[in-house]
Amino acid sequence: MATRPTDISLSPARAVPTSRWFVLQYKMAPYLFVSPFLILFAIFGAYPIVKSLILAFYVTNGPKSAVFVGLQNFIFLLSDDDFHKAVWNTAVFAFWSVFLQLPLSLGLALLLNSRWVRGRELLRLAFFSPNLLGQVFVGVLFSVLFIPQYGLVNRFLHFIAGVPLDTKWLANPNLVMPALVLTSLWMYVGFNMIYFLAALQAVDKDLYEAATVDGANAWHQFWAVTLPGIKPVAVFVLVMSTIGSFQLFELPWIMLNNSAGPDQAGLTIVMYLYQTGFVTGDLGYASTVGWTLALGVLIISLFQMRVTGAWKGGD
Amino acid sequence: MKTFYRVVRILVNLFLLAFAALTLTPMVWLLAATLKSPDDLFSYTFFAPRISTFNFRDLFSTVPFHRYMINSVFVASTMVIVQLFFSSLAGFALAKYDFKGKKPIMILMLSTMMLPSQVLMAPLYELIYRLGLVDSYAGLIVPGAVSVFGIFLFRQSILQVPDELLHAARIDGCSEFRIYWDIVMPVSRPMIGAFCLISFMGTWNSFLWPQIILHKTERFTLPIALNQLVGLYQQQYGTLMAGTFLSVLPVIILFMLLQKEFIAGLTAGAVKG
Repeated sequence: MATRPTDISLSPARAVPTSRWFVLQYKMAPYLFVSPFLILFAIFGAYPIVKSLILAFYVTNGPKSAVFVGLQNFIFLLSDDDFHKAVWNTAVFAFWSVFLQLPLSLGLALLLNSRWVRGRELLRLAFFSPNLLGQVFVGVLFSVLFIPQYGLVNRFLHFIAGVPLDTKWLANPNLVMPALVLTSLWMYVGFNMIYFLAALQAVDKDLYEAATVDGANAWHQFWAVTLPGIKPVAVFVLVMSTIGSFQLFELPWIMLNNSAGPDQAGLTIVMYLYQTGFVTGDLGYASTVGWTLALGVLIISLFQMRVTGAWKGGD
Repeated sequence: MKTFYRVVRILVNLFLLAFAALTLTPMVWLLAATLKSPDDLFSYTFFAPRISTFNFRDLFSTVPFHRYMINSVFVASTMVIVQLFFSSLAGFALAKYDFKGKKPIMILMLSTMMLPSQVLMAPLYELIYRLGLVDSYAGLIVPGAVSVFGIFLFRQSILQVPDELLHAARIDGCSEFRIYWDIVMPVSRPMIGAFCLISFMGTWNSFLWPQIILHKTERFTLPIALNQLVGLYQQQYGTLMAGTFLSVLPVIILFMLLQKEFIAGLTAGAVKG
């Protein structure tokens, strides 16, 4: 705990020093303490936000030249097949992240929270561990795990389900997305489970007892006690993992060897932003893509909070 | 009924064990792959009977991998210290003081957390270019020197420090900064542990911004160095795996040391707030 003795009497006789310096530093302290954040935010947050809003109306070539084009970037976006492909891929990935990953995370958390489980701490650690590896490192590892003939994934799936050994996960346009979803499942199921587990452990135990007394079975208890109890956390996890999915970039970029993959099957919105802005050099169009992404993510998040009842319109 | 529960119990435990094994398999394979010679790599699914150090020797002789490791350690540690200081200071101010503009600042912070960082990438690059910080670690560290997420974490934990403690220190003539340094920080030790790991992992694993900012090979951090290695030595899987293994090892060790604090810190904001 504290390094100083804490038994100093708080009697009015012992008041705070009243010297001018002491009063001044007391009054100024909060402003000084938040000033690094405010200064850095003004330079590296506020300025880029305004600037990127402006840039979205320019065509640029690197950081040096820019030509005003009005709404043309946004109009081009509407007919840009590559962008549409990127949006579609990202949406498909987000869909599976939400509807496959989150139920699995919740299921694992429920099992792990049951009183039958031994070695809960170690299991939790094991499930969480893939999240320690950054997407780049996971990308390199899984690009090797997914290789045809010798890769561990094919060997395993061949052994348990007879999947052909020469399945080319990362070279077949139809298999790129399943490979990405599988890899992200591996990375994030345990991560989301941590949140669900913490929420489950915080649900009031008395409520379960009351429900049991009232004759509710396990299924009823889940719907009447567990789900309402973990709802705030569940909405948080839902929104955060959707936002995270829409920012997917590194995993496919590395797994597909710094490309969008066969037939652009692994092209995501952020990958497209990176390619147009920093490979082609059009920072203007990249800003247009960025703001479209930001707006889309905002709308989806608000929609999710609305549907789950976590946010009521008009508040 | 009793036997039914016993069967369920065994099944649940078995399932969880199997799932844990499946989760750990890629990492075990990674470790095994680093210790196999190229001839053995695919002849044995996991460990080979003879252990080879070929991959590590090959890695350090083809690229200055030690250099990348030092770069990454330097960048990540600097980032942790800077972020820890600025974020805890601001978190303290927002937790324990009433001052003009507190509410707008909180709203500002919340809204910046909602904005995907990639939106700002293009103008931020332009700004860094004009400031002459392209290809420098300053260009990497300065824009991210304050973590909004960190401010929230620290505010959350410092709220629980009793006001009487701070007041007693004031009576003793402690300046506000000394209160922060000598009282608030020592009692926030669990959150400091959690935040250090979160911040370290974030910087250690970050790819896109370093990839944009850093050009000279000798300045590369591990993620971009490894990505380059993939392009150069695509077929030398063993060497790649050795590089991957050495890149993830420091984070795993740090996690082992701080895991209790880490998981508590990770879920603190979500469960309580």
